[in-house]
Amino acid sequence: MAKFNLKINGKNHEVDVDPSTPMLWVLRDHLKLIGTKYGCGIAQCGSCTIHLNGLAVRSCMLMVSAIGNQEVTTIEGLSENGDHPVQKAWLKVDVPQCGYCQAGQIMTAAALLEQNPNPSDSEIEMAMNGNICRCGTYTRIKKAVQLAATDTNS
Amino acid sequence: MTLIRTKIGRRAFIKNTSLAGGGLVLGFNILSSCKPEQAKEMASIEMPKEWFEINSYLKIGDNGLVTIYTPNPEFGQNIRTSMPMLIAEELDVDWKSVIVEQAPYHAEKYGFQFTGGSQGIRRRWEPLRMAGASARQMLQEAAAQSWQVPIEEITAEGGVLVHETSNQSAGYGEMASVAAKLPVPDEVELKEVKDFKIIGESHKNVDAKSIVTGKPMFGSDYQKEGMLIAMVEHPPAFGMTLESVDVTAAKAMPGIKDVVTIKSFKDGFEKGGFDTNAFPELVAIVGNSTWEVMQAKKQLKVKWKPITGYSETVNGFRGKETKNIPAGLESTETHKAKMEELAGKAGKIVRKDGKPEAAFKNAAKILERSYSAPYLAHNSMEPLNAFAHVVGDKVKIAAPVQIPSLIVPTIASSLGILAENIEMEIPRMGGGFGRKAYAHYVVEAALISQKVNAPVKLLYTREDDMTNGIYRPTYHATYRAALDENNNLMALHVKAGGIPESPLFANRFPAGALDNYLAEEWSIDSNISIGAFRAPRSNFMAGAEQAFLDELAETLGKDPIEFRLDLLKRAKKDPVGEQNDYDAERYAGVLELLHEKAAWGQDNGNVHRGISAYFCHNSYAAHVLDLTIENGKPVVQNVCCAIDCGIVVNPDAAKNMAEGAIIDGIGNAFFGELTFKDGIPQKNNFDQYQMIRMADAPKEIDVHFVQNEIAPTGMGEPPFPPIFGALANALYQATGLRHYQQPFVSDRPPLVG
Repeated sequence: MAKFNLKINGKNHEVDVDPSTPMLWVLRDHLKLIGTKYGCGIAQCGSCTIHLNGLAVRSCMLMVSAIGNQEVTTIEGLSENGDHPVQKAWLKVDVPQCGYCQAGQIMTAAALLEQNPNPSDSEIEMAMNGNICRCGTYTRIKKAVQLAATDTNS
Repeated sequence: MTLIRTKIGRRAFIKNTSLAGGGLVLGFNILSSCKPEQAKEMASIEMPKEWFEINSYLKIGDNGLVTIYTPNPEFGQNIRTSMPMLIAEELDVDWKSVIVEQAPYHAEKYGFQFTGGSQGIRRRWEPLRMAGASARQMLQEAAAQSWQVPIEEITAEGGVLVHETSNQSAGYGEMASVAAKLPVPDEVELKEVKDFKIIGESHKNVDAKSIVTGKPMFGSDYQKEGMLIAMVEHPPAFGMTLESVDVTAAKAMPGIKDVVTIKSFKDGFEKGGFDTNAFPELVAIVGNSTWEVMQAKKQLKVKWKPITGYSETVNGFRGKETKNIPAGLESTETHKAKMEELAGKAGKIVRKDGKPEAAFKNAAKILERSYSAPYLAHNSMEPLNAFAHVVGDKVKIAAPVQIPSLIVPTIASSLGILAENIEMEIPRMGGGFGRKAYAHYVVEAALISQKVNAPVKLLYTREDDMTNGIYRPTYHATYRAALDENNNLMALHVKAGGIPESPLFANRFPAGALDNYLAEEWSIDSNISIGAFRAPRSNFMAGAEQAFLDELAETLGKDPIEFRLDLLKRAKKDPVGEQNDYDAERYAGVLELLHEKAAWGQDNGNVHRGISAYFCHNSYAAHVLDLTIENGKPVVQNVCCAIDCGIVVNPDAAKNMAEGAIIDGIGNAFFGELTFKDGIPQKNNFDQYQMIRMADAPKEIDVHFVQNEIAPTGMGEPPFPPIFGALANALYQATGLRHYQQPFVSDRPPLVG
């Protein structure tokens, strides 16, 4: 066990865990930030996507000991009132079905638009291809990302 | 507005008898029963000081706010929106004044809380509207009594009661306290379809805001003070069971509380149809946190042994059946050989019209094609999980399950407690697709909690979820058509089978459209557990049948839509046999709508089109799939879909479901496959099991509904089966090669045009 000071969603949190613990379980079990989901544990499905210094990463294979001073953002911290352009677009298009993968999808999309405010369709496909949606909401996800890009730029 | 008088069953709606004062519910309940985020959202709306329960499905606040308890488990089909819409329509309130809450499992109050078989809306269509209508009638009665005027003169609309002649009006909230004390009427008046204001208009998912902000709502999100995390270790292969376990190393790992063994069934327990469980004896490891339990699980030293074959009686929807579970370690290779062998022998005749044997004997030409599909894993994004807390002879459960009532007898038997001592919350499911109808994991969580005497959340790893599957079976079908010398279709013969069940629907189209028809089936016993997977059996038969009809139409030199319409004309005008499952006119209707919407028959340059249609779950769906070949790879450009599912309650949500079914089907047709070697599933996670991703999904999907006033039929499943056929037929147009074996893409050489 070891103590770690983590900066998550703009706040400092101290946890005492095994250094090999993935961030996913630190968030879910220790900090009760359960918006980040477990899907595969091997960085294949994207359900656990969070931001590390603004970049989308898979938290299921990211050890807590690797975080250091880097800023972590989870779905709970993406916006104050659930009004990030990507979240707004998601609501407008009414994307979710079961909803389990959607936090990960949104975190990936938000990081994409931060890096590339005007992605082409194939750039959206490439960025989102690491996130599986078993319900098959892909056409709506793509529409929502396009809409969020338009709204951000207008 | 025209109303239709409808009788209510005597005990259709019960009141919560534990509440005193004629169903008075105190106002502060809203904040404790509401999820925190919903309470926060509602903060902008003034909360009532008091709630009045009108029936088990709804309560009305003194300010007119309405809480609707939605009865069925939600797994993405959006019934948490569409079911309350049915109630709100007949209650006649503004949708904005409705709060939706999930009802817990409670058979007496909420009937059969079953999510599956595309039955949700169909089964609830009348009862839920009656729940709303009876409440409206009670409010009218309350106003009639208060104002001393005849009830017939009182209108109830948009949450307001009006007596025009005396110029009196009141909001529902003002009359709720009186209405709550009135008896539930024996008869109610339901609206005519033309008067619907909420049903038929798109309403957004009531949970969307919670989903996009990551609020707790899924079974795996469940938290309780002092809760421990549990995982189970099951045999590595089907056909194996627990022999012994050395727990020393695992128990010594940090954070581990206990390692126990559990047995899911009491000896002599008669299983229900959803008690499927290949691994009833398990090792369970319990600890403080998920990661610690995952690490300790690797330290378990378990000895497994082969099972001995057995027979068991299962009492399911179809009555009592005997199932044979053979011993042995099964492999896909031997499965294939056995299926080929059975496919070549005579099967059990299920339907015979006319003289098919003679037609084939005299045929000038016979077209014969065989189709096959592998086992599929459900792979819901949320792996199986369940919370359970056993205290003495009672248990509190919160678990994502499709049919809560059907696991109750098993829990009661296995724990040795009374069924009425089981309390169950039904959190949202992160996908189900049939898998979460088989709730053995709830029994496991309860047994673990009982053994370790603590609240426990059981979580399956992805690997556990994929390798302890209740899979879509592997299937095989051979179609034969007899043609005369003038290329007329004289007879059709289908022989279908699978491991361990046949996928055949002998009475579906094209049965009924042919004078000479023969349907046979066969099956092979197996110890690999199987169960419902979105549109069971149809999900294979539709693809096989529709690919065959496409090839047959080509052989006959007919347009594939015209060919189907000609057969349907015959089935309508002069049907063969009396057992035909489908309505030929509605079937033809979706094909005609599709023909128009997809602009069938127009030349689309380098776009290759495949068409397919199917009837299942009381609904009709047809697709035209447009495909191009880009760099040697098939790319689905567009799917145009026509559906007849009767009245569409929430059109945009229904479109979302159809889009999902289409993408799910394309994914499984392209990539879906689970194989076995010596009983061991050969894939255990998404690095091996290919799932459809955004780049493989269609670029566009257009969904169109047949407009009619037929009571709603299935929606979650019907658009799924036919897409397999549409894809196969488009691939043929693109490549010149027919695709008979699923998956179409995979580790085989890439498709080339």
